[in-house]
Amino acid sequence: MTSTTDATGASGTATPPTGAADAAAGVAPLTEADVARLRADFPALDQEVSGQPLAYLDSGATAQRPRSVLDAERAFLETTNSAVHRGAHALAALATEAYEEAREEVAAFVGGSADEIVWTANATDALNLVAHGFLAATLGRGGDAAAPFRLREGDEIVVTEAEHHADLVPWQELAATTGAVLRWVPVDDDGLWTAEDAAAVIGARTRVVAFAHVSNVTGMVAPVEEVVALAHAVGAVVVLDACQSAPHRPLDLPALGVDLAAFSGHKMLGPTGIGVLWGRAELLRAMPPFRTGGSMISTVTMESSDYLPAPQRFEAGTQPVSQAVALAEAVRYLRAVGLDRVRDHEEALAERLVRGLAAIEGVRVVGPPAGVPRSGLASFVVDGVHAHDVGQYLDALGIAVRVGHHCAQPLHRRLGVTATTRASTYLYTTEAEVDRLLEGVAAVRPYFGVVDGGLAAGGAGAGAGGAGIVATSDVAIDGSVA
Amino acid sequence: MSGLDGLYQQVILDHAKARHGDGPLPDADAEHFEKNPTCGDEITVRLAMGEDGRIRDLRWQGDGCSISMGSASVLQQLAVGRTLPELHELVDAFRAMLRTRGGDVEPDEDLLGDAVAFQGVAKFVMRVKCGMLAWVAAEACARELAAA
Repeated sequence: MTSTTDATGASGTATPPTGAADAAAGVAPLTEADVARLRADFPALDQEVSGQPLAYLDSGATAQRPRSVLDAERAFLETTNSAVHRGAHALAALATEAYEEAREEVAAFVGGSADEIVWTANATDALNLVAHGFLAATLGRGGDAAAPFRLREGDEIVVTEAEHHADLVPWQELAATTGAVLRWVPVDDDGLWTAEDAAAVIGARTRVVAFAHVSNVTGMVAPVEEVVALAHAVGAVVVLDACQSAPHRPLDLPALGVDLAAFSGHKMLGPTGIGVLWGRAELLRAMPPFRTGGSMISTVTMESSDYLPAPQRFEAGTQPVSQAVALAEAVRYLRAVGLDRVRDHEEALAERLVRGLAAIEGVRVVGPPAGVPRSGLASFVVDGVHAHDVGQYLDALGIAVRVGHHCAQPLHRRLGVTATTRASTYLYTTEAEVDRLLEGVAAVRPYFGVVDGGLAAGGAGAGAGGAGIVATSDVAIDGSVA
Repeated sequence: MSGLDGLYQQVILDHAKARHGDGPLPDADAEHFEKNPTCGDEITVRLAMGEDGRIRDLRWQGDGCSISMGSASVLQQLAVGRTLPELHELVDAFRAMLRTRGGDVEPDEDLLGDAVAFQGVAKFVMRVKCGMLAWVAAEACARELAAA
């Protein structure tokens, strides 16, 4: 049984030393050498794209995974894989243990307890689970206990104009199905909003306040405590979209005071196919289930069924077991590095990114101005060149960025654009990669023949003939970047 | 020639700037809106027919990358004066060219004219939809007219 013991422990003791362990030297900032050691743990970063070393600046969409996370999942699958919370054989017991240990690990990561962690398919699924909990309660399910989730016609659901579609569309549906009214906190010309803006919208009829901790487009960090105070003053439930905060900064959800929060595994060094709903225990106990079926019941008759307590009540069907084990390993990796150091590293990169982009003629950065802390991402517009063309140009330089509306069409509409280019960092991102991006972006307008005050006569001719990209990337950018 | 220069032919960039046919068409006989939901590019194409059964004018309004806007401009230049069956033939030839992936099939230069510049798009699978956007909308207009 040694091997299986190792497998469940893969989750801990059996893990070989990694850059994370090496870099975990107290609270000193991550140095260039630390980051280099961390990078060695990520196989996907070590490759060429378009004949150039990959500069992966799309971690806001999906982060790469360290070898220890890949190994933990594989070790589990090779030794312990079996169905959890059913069956009595040895592997089933070990798998169940690993699955529940993973829950404890992730709970500790956000300052909660295991009974407050619900595994979901992804963060979108977690938010839908909550919205459907409200719907079921409103339709009379869940008895008296479900009162906090019960909506009446004219009750208000408050979101912001900056939300990701995953934290907007489920609430639109909930409003449409319950007769509640969807209201939103407007954003300014930079895509930002304040606690005062929220105070103007949150009122006596507000029952739900849902917003992103960190915007996936602007990188703005929301004033969570202030909004929580506003919401709780009127008895509203606070739902936090923590997708862009959980991976990148220390997170203590109970201390923040929110009631429910969602985040996803693949943005925090973990696998796809798993997300997390965290909820205050008493609220999860009271919320009616969304998905129903096996694994979430205690007694079933032909007429009706009794449900298990949370979190099992929300985990109908076969569970994402190897994903949970791998996500726990991802969380261990992040904690070994230290989330405060990850945050500081990324905020420094963000500052370099924003200052550098702002110094390039014809480039406009959305979100907080330089000097104001933001998460490690920057979305920007290149005048005269569509974001897709910007992204294609950068891709030819081996630089991976996200282009489009980043699942936030209303925000882009408010900003007066249909698409932006977004560069996003993580703990493994280097200053050199940010500088490569800046150099690449500076060359975009010359390549596409756009100059200030109109279009250049020569068009892309300047970049024609193969050496085009190399030649144009020599275009000097502001010295402050170097 | 680098892959990127193969995609961004000068002809395409010129068309993306010139935007031939960009604007409203008040007396249109058919209109179709197309959107690429993954990237947000969108276009409305309108057709007006002459009494001779030929396309009197094609106009479009849209927002998108240089590939989608450039291909709309090229389409306008090629479509005017054609019958609806001829338009279908044109769109079919363009689609076939964009779907060759490796670009190993020689396109019909006589038929496609400036549109052969989009041959390089075939190698960028993610951009084929951009290239087709206006053409798919025009095709829908032609179908609508044929059904009327």
